[in-house]
Amino acid sequence: MLKTFSKGGVHPPENKLSAVQTIEQLALPKMVTIPISQHIGAPSTPIVNKNDLVKTGQVIAKSSGFVSANIHSSVSGKVVKIDSVMDSSGYKKQSIIIQVDGDEWEESIDRDPNLKKEFDFSSEEIIKKVGEAGIVGLGGATFPSQVKLSVPKGMTAEILIINGVECEPYLTADHRLMLEKGDELMVGTKILMKALKVEKSIIGIENNKIDAINHLTELAKNYEGIEIQALKVQYPQGGEKQLIQAVINREVPSGGLPIAVGAVVHNVGTAYAVYEAIQKNKPLFERVVTVTGKSVKNPSNYLARIGTSLTELIEASGGLPEDTGKVISGGPMMGKALNKIDVPMTKGTSGVLIIPEGESRRGQIQDCIRCAKCVSVCPMGLEPYLLMTVTEQQNYERAENEQTMDCIECGSCSYACPSNRPLLDYIRLGKAEVGKIIRSRRT
Amino acid sequence: MSDIVIYTIITVSAIGIIAAIILYFAAKKFHVVEDPRIDDIEDALPSANCGGCGYPGCRNFAEACVKAEDLGDLFCPVGGNDTMKDVAGILGKEAVEKTPQVAVIRCSGSSEYRPRTNSYDGAANCTIVSNLYSGDTGCQYGCLGLGECVDACTFDAMYMDDKTGLPVVIQDKCTACGDCVRACPKDIIELRNQGKKDRRIFVSCINEDKGGVAKKNCSVACIGCKLCEKECKFDAIKIENFLAYIDYTKCVLCRKCVSVCPTDAIHEINFTPRKIKPAEKKPVVKKEVVVSENPDLVNIAKKNKDEDNTQTESNDK
Repeated sequence: MLKTFSKGGVHPPENKLSAVQTIEQLALPKMVTIPISQHIGAPSTPIVNKNDLVKTGQVIAKSSGFVSANIHSSVSGKVVKIDSVMDSSGYKKQSIIIQVDGDEWEESIDRDPNLKKEFDFSSEEIIKKVGEAGIVGLGGATFPSQVKLSVPKGMTAEILIINGVECEPYLTADHRLMLEKGDELMVGTKILMKALKVEKSIIGIENNKIDAINHLTELAKNYEGIEIQALKVQYPQGGEKQLIQAVINREVPSGGLPIAVGAVVHNVGTAYAVYEAIQKNKPLFERVVTVTGKSVKNPSNYLARIGTSLTELIEASGGLPEDTGKVISGGPMMGKALNKIDVPMTKGTSGVLIIPEGESRRGQIQDCIRCAKCVSVCPMGLEPYLLMTVTEQQNYERAENEQTMDCIECGSCSYACPSNRPLLDYIRLGKAEVGKIIRSRRT
Repeated sequence: MSDIVIYTIITVSAIGIIAAIILYFAAKKFHVVEDPRIDDIEDALPSANCGGCGYPGCRNFAEACVKAEDLGDLFCPVGGNDTMKDVAGILGKEAVEKTPQVAVIRCSGSSEYRPRTNSYDGAANCTIVSNLYSGDTGCQYGCLGLGECVDACTFDAMYMDDKTGLPVVIQDKCTACGDCVRACPKDIIELRNQGKKDRRIFVSCINEDKGGVAKKNCSVACIGCKLCEKECKFDAIKIENFLAYIDYTKCVLCRKCVSVCPTDAIHEINFTPRKIKPAEKKPVVKKEVVVSENPDLVNIAKKNKDEDNTQTESNDK
């Protein structure tokens, strides 16, 4: 019996169409648009001006606080303008627009593709370098990684969990990375273990990626302290709290961080980025993106520069199909539908999913029939139907008491609802309002 | 048999008398002295409990009135000056006169003027859409058209116009309580002075994009061209972030700004229709904007179409 988390969960059709496609380097675009807010936390402060010449890997926006991240130029060329441009959030955000002129990298970056296994840095040095390289959680939440590595006083990390679950249907970016960059990933994991001062690390992988499990298990023999854990396929196992429960069977308390149970979770993409930052001095300016969908000609995995327009990614995999109804940035469960496709990819873009017109619409909203499917699938043990109702009634006090803030927005409730009720939409609204109330109470 | 009846009556009466005595002393002991004027003021208030005054309900407002030293900061927008005079009479204080206000919708981007760029089929709630993305048109400032303001209105003073997809304020019913202003996630609705003879002039747009971008996304957007600012002799119009705002305390309702606006973004309400000069008559675009219940009083100024186009081009550059 394979391990998984205890409460709820769903199993949508996996549709991993691009699982056999190797990662391709995407051709350099002519223009990149790099938003200064690609992570959770304070937007970075631009430090370049119009007409400045920048090199690939050069810092163009500085981190502006503890929870913030540096942003590096992903190409070499000239800064054309700094303007507000629509990004995948659906709102206009300050962005640095660079006209590409060749691909001249910063001299400090080691471009040797060979594996570099040995490292000799202290925990503090690693954390500092991770911060400088602008690494954020590449699973999609984009939380600055150096913050997660800085263990708060009075707490100790016992175990590092590497998230290779990729529970979102369609997406294969992490899967391919595990297969193709296994050794780098292992070294990255060792570096993270050093930073956290832990002796043990477990890489959790869902059982639908047997090739990755076998490959990494073989490699793990050469790396002390790293274990591979196969997990039952169940959405949302990639959620931090769910993964911790599945792997080490500990429950993160309500409102608490994983460190409260001695665990720190990082995505495989993040571990690879950490390897590159520490061993090759290469900041985060490119990542693996899956372009997929049933109607897409060639579903593929690309290594693309941050700031590349999604239009170019879609063009590279055969163009936008005619019957497209919806384009989603991310996976089908937690991704966000885009209101225009000419938006830049950011550090958090794990995939571009194209849905044909026929499948893109939501069903007609009907009355709740009290079947409690939403309750049984909720991985956090909440009552989604109730949270929606109290939010509709603007009874935010009740919503808070019913632990609406614990919702991880996985969307299992909306997926399971036979009446097509917009459960998650309302829960998100309730979370926003309750969040405001909690913040005003603090001040 | 009769004994049981008698005993029962005696027992129950005894319990009643004892309870009455206890209650009598309890009432004496825990008596709360309450200002009788609170009840009087509450009677004088409209009992709408709308929260427009800033207090949760009419009784809380009445208590605040009694406690306050002067009524300067307290005003019931629903009852208006008459009610506040009554309240002041009860308390023997001076009432502060306030100009009556009304809600105005500062967006006229119906689907005719503001093309839809995508379609939204999620939950029909303006705040949810606004938390999610900028909306189903190119304009990220405009009305989302899902009617949260209408739901918030306790006085039935608003409805959604099916043709335009925009909310409409019924002036006679609007009490300027501000519920719709608070409900709108886009901050489109503003309370403005009702004006002389109920006449108002306002910029029906809150788009802060540059002129070219604004115009591309909505043909009736304010493009920040400053023509109205130059035309206004009373210093009532200010342009900030490519958006004009008319200060209703300074505006004398001369209507000059309305006629110079190249995009018809400035609306005039309840004015008598002006005679259109023959020269300006030709390229008038058919346009209907229902802003009050009596649409025949509503008139939107028209401007020569050619002039309009040249203006936009210069802004694009």
